[in-house]
Amino acid sequence: MGFLVLTAISIALSRDLFASVMLTGIYSLLSAVFFVLMDAVDVAFTEASVGAGISTILMVSTLKLTGRYEDPSRHNIFLGLVVVFVTGVLLIFGTTDMPNFAALDSPVQTHVGPHYIGQSFAEIGVPNIVTSVLASYRGYDTFGETVVIFTAGVGVLSLLAFRPPKGAPAQTVSAMDQHKILRVVSKVLIPPILIFALYVQFHGDFGPGGGFQAGVIFAAAIILYAMLFGLDTARRVISQPLVQILSAVGVLLYGSVGVVSMLNGKSFLDYSALAQDSVHGQHYGILLVELGVGITVTAVMIIIFFTFASRVEKPANDHSTQTIPESIDPSRSEES
Amino acid sequence: MSFIGHYNYWIVIFLMMIGFYIVISHGNLIKKLMGLSIFQTSVFILYISMGKVKGGTAPILDDSITLYSNPLPHVLILTAIVVGIATTAVGLALVVRIREAYGTIEEGEIQTKDNQEC
Repeated sequence: MGFLVLTAISIALSRDLFASVMLTGIYSLLSAVFFVLMDAVDVAFTEASVGAGISTILMVSTLKLTGRYEDPSRHNIFLGLVVVFVTGVLLIFGTTDMPNFAALDSPVQTHVGPHYIGQSFAEIGVPNIVTSVLASYRGYDTFGETVVIFTAGVGVLSLLAFRPPKGAPAQTVSAMDQHKILRVVSKVLIPPILIFALYVQFHGDFGPGGGFQAGVIFAAAIILYAMLFGLDTARRVISQPLVQILSAVGVLLYGSVGVVSMLNGKSFLDYSALAQDSVHGQHYGILLVELGVGITVTAVMIIIFFTFASRVEKPANDHSTQTIPESIDPSRSEES
Repeated sequence: MSFIGHYNYWIVIFLMMIGFYIVISHGNLIKKLMGLSIFQTSVFILYISMGKVKGGTAPILDDSITLYSNPLPHVLILTAIVVGIATTAVGLALVVRIREAYGTIEEGEIQTKDNQEC
């Protein structure tokens, strides 16, 4: 916890945005460690892959497009501190009534929680209770979440897909030719990363894992390939129309599982209608639904990275240098 | 009200306030987004710490374990993390477009340019 506070304060005080982005990645990683200590293994998995991985990549790409250092003038420091102090005091006053940490009789533990823990194996038959709650008991929320991810992909595409009209043709992320060690190592590593992503996808019923984590890991492997071998090469492997269609396919798969349940006579997303035995129906339903989620998450993450990376301009010199994180705008105010 | 029992809430509130402060008083748009993500992550920490049961373990069923931590906050926070990254991605895309339209991502300069145009 102390490290988290230290990291947060240093993010606030730092002027160098690249350092702040790296510190934000460290902050996410530390909170993932905290989640493991709190027995939330699925959440730690997701936070580590999403927060320390994808979020850092996107922010660094944005820094590449906007500029590395922030303007040192801050407005309203005193007012900001006053507002923050007052809010903090009010919130602390609100926590005096809250239950003690890790108590057994707090309200959060006594209502639906024991039902899930006690009944989920009999009703669904999947050892990972988080997966069974996410995909079956609360499947409707997860459907909404998948649609939100798809919408974010559509939003980023609509904002950034149009290339800026500039004199020189926009050059995409160039291949890192002189980083031979990175290229060799990643050529060895990318297939195991993809296989690990598939493992996480389908083993999510028995251990930590599931659609979201697997989708992010899969996308991370593709992004690694794109960063080291050039965006054009990656585009030839995974073409833009393909990922756009795939992102919609995932949501469609999820929705059609629900519609099939309705056509079989039960309500939307009631998996017991998918097979003779109710428990088997739950297994099929969870499998298909997690697959849909994984496909959509992978495709949207790849789309977002490709759209950000295709906005990067060609650097001034012709050598293929490391394109991220050098600042492209020399007129930004320097670090004081 | 015991100190040890509520220590985790206060740390979380402190983290939240740091994130909130970054959002209010830094002009740079990317810095604001980072502050927002610090705020979000501290809220997740609050929820997950509420789900922990003393002596329990991860909510994956096994015959040899009797006490589990509550899985419900885990599910909610899983959704929240993914939605958070989605909104951050759209926010960063907006920052890129603002930069192309105004030439800067400092809030003060953007407002000055807006006032000049009107």
